[in-house]
Amino acid sequence: MGWLDLLLTADSALRLATPLMLCAMAGMISERAGVIDIGLEGKMLAGAFTAAAAAALTGSAWAGLGAAMAVGAAMAALHGFACITHRGEQIISGVAINILASGLTVVVGIALFDQGGQSPPLGPEARFRPIVLPGVETLSGVPVLGPLWRELVSGHTLPTYLALAVVVGAWWMLGHTRFGLRLRAVGETPAAVDSAGLSVPGLRYRAVLIAGLLCGVAGAFLSTAHGAGFVREMSAGKGYIALAALVFGKWRPWPVLFACLLFGFLEAGAARLEGEVLPVIGRVPTQVILVLPYLATVLLLAGFFGRAVPPRALGTPYSKER
Amino acid sequence: MTRLPAWADYGLIPVLNLGLAFAVAALVIAALGEDPAAALEVLVAGAFVYEGALGYTLFYTASFIFTGLAVAVAFQARLFNIGAEGQAMLGGLGAAGLCLAFDAVLPALLMIPLAIAGAAAAGAAWGAVPGWLQARRGSHIVITTIMFNFLASGLVVGLLSGPLMRPGQSNAETRALAESARIAQWHEIAPLLGLEAGRSPLNLSILLAVAACIGVWWLIWRTRWGYALRCLGLAAPAAEYAGIPVARITVQAMAVSGALAGLMAVNTVLGAQGKLLINFTAGFGFTGIAVALMGRGHPFGVALAALLFGALYQGGAEFDFEFATITREMVLLVQGLIVLFTGALSQMLVPLVARALGRA
Repeated sequence: MGWLDLLLTADSALRLATPLMLCAMAGMISERAGVIDIGLEGKMLAGAFTAAAAAALTGSAWAGLGAAMAVGAAMAALHGFACITHRGEQIISGVAINILASGLTVVVGIALFDQGGQSPPLGPEARFRPIVLPGVETLSGVPVLGPLWRELVSGHTLPTYLALAVVVGAWWMLGHTRFGLRLRAVGETPAAVDSAGLSVPGLRYRAVLIAGLLCGVAGAFLSTAHGAGFVREMSAGKGYIALAALVFGKWRPWPVLFACLLFGFLEAGAARLEGEVLPVIGRVPTQVILVLPYLATVLLLAGFFGRAVPPRALGTPYSKER
Repeated sequence: MTRLPAWADYGLIPVLNLGLAFAVAALVIAALGEDPAAALEVLVAGAFVYEGALGYTLFYTASFIFTGLAVAVAFQARLFNIGAEGQAMLGGLGAAGLCLAFDAVLPALLMIPLAIAGAAAAGAAWGAVPGWLQARRGSHIVITTIMFNFLASGLVVGLLSGPLMRPGQSNAETRALAESARIAQWHEIAPLLGLEAGRSPLNLSILLAVAACIGVWWLIWRTRWGYALRCLGLAAPAAEYAGIPVARITVQAMAVSGALAGLMAVNTVLGAQGKLLINFTAGFGFTGIAVALMGRGHPFGVALAALLFGALYQGGAEFDFEFATITREMVLLVQGLIVLFTGALSQMLVPLVARALGRA
């Protein structure tokens, strides 16, 4: 693999990592506040459908993005209603959201467009187009930096840049703001937050809603930036890979970002190596590469390398009275 | 904590929650411009009335009993087994692998029990590993079982598009299994008993499913092991203090759970399809979560819930033919609503009901 090949793989890795980054950050914010979110997949799928549907009906990618975020937040509110207000099992609620999203997207899709659950293909104005960053022309003559800037940094769609900004924002918010401190506290010892006079449900609702908004963006990326319309089950397990990245990154922003990029790179590499014959290994078994993220997560979680410690109050509903 | 009498807790509340789920589904159907009552009629006719319909319904019921029991057994120990899907896939690999190796030489009397054991053993192994990882290495069972679903899926795809693929074919499936590895179907047996039966994939595995229900009931409520399992579920520290080997029970519970999920393959692979196909599990492992919740984790409840879901699956398929705007995916929506109301929101109605009964 030459230098340019590597660059192109990295470029496609960044694209494939975009929904992972958004969902993993969503999961991180929710879980650092103590609410397990295995409904990332469902919220992203619902977001993808809504974005495509709204973009198809209005002709605007921005309307799609807004609608996707609204639906992501609505599903998150349902999750919150079940497991914050009614102290239901967070895992079951997440499973319910995933199944609901699977069913609803197809049912509503058929009712709206009558195309077997797909949305109509979106034209260029109803999608987020690649953004060419300034400087591509000027740098084109420079040996290493030119191709790097042109192929890897420039030419992504808005949600990809947004995802990178979200990572920085999440890091800042969690580690350097009062709100972030409170979110982390509510995920470790909610009783302390409660006795400080803050509302545990209020903080957890906010965390869960932020997660919903981010999953909506991830969905919009899938159907209006990466793809050109909604296809059934188009989230294809990415929400679960994001969950794996979240655990792999030990619930911390930079390691989670690294995990997302790594998993994106594995996926890009698997697609690139499909059917190729390498000198030592022979024909590359793409299945093996594709399951590496899951395997790595299992091994990490089991403490075979490193140690991933979840927030202490994760998964425990908070009851005021004793 | 509000306490309700047992009849309300086990009878009324689940029925009310189920009613809520159906009510929301009816609202969705009405919003799509179809008549909910007509949809229900089609559903019931499609599940029970049309020729062969009941056979299909009971065929699905058998699958859901296996995956529902799998989730229910683990849940008795407060272990969330989200991995029934992957364990069922492994069950398919175990059964089909043994059949591919031996179906030419072994008679049915040996081949079928061997294949059933293979399905259970492979599923058990795929369940026991996450159990062990939780018990000994402290990994969270939910995350591990989710990951194991994907690993299983990768394994099945890899094997079916490679070593196990039917020679000379490009479809990712095995060759057809020999007659000696097939479990007899009801429409083949019924005429021997002088009965009429429409064509359906219903096969003798349903007897295995019923036996599994009784077996699980006996195991959980009539054995020392079951007592330890329930103790662990109710209060893990107390169980530990009482000398119950928590780690061992955890691994064993997940093994039993995985074995039950693996047995689903007996119904689908040996009983219906006669070969291993990609995606033969069709999400039934996840449906098992809904079945277990609906059945309140009790084997007889699971059997009833499995029948309900079997009817939903089979009857829902008729939507495709009868309506323009609603399709079988409606069933997925109902399933999601049932998980939501009978699982995550199961306590929502308790205070209301308690007040109505004058017990608040």
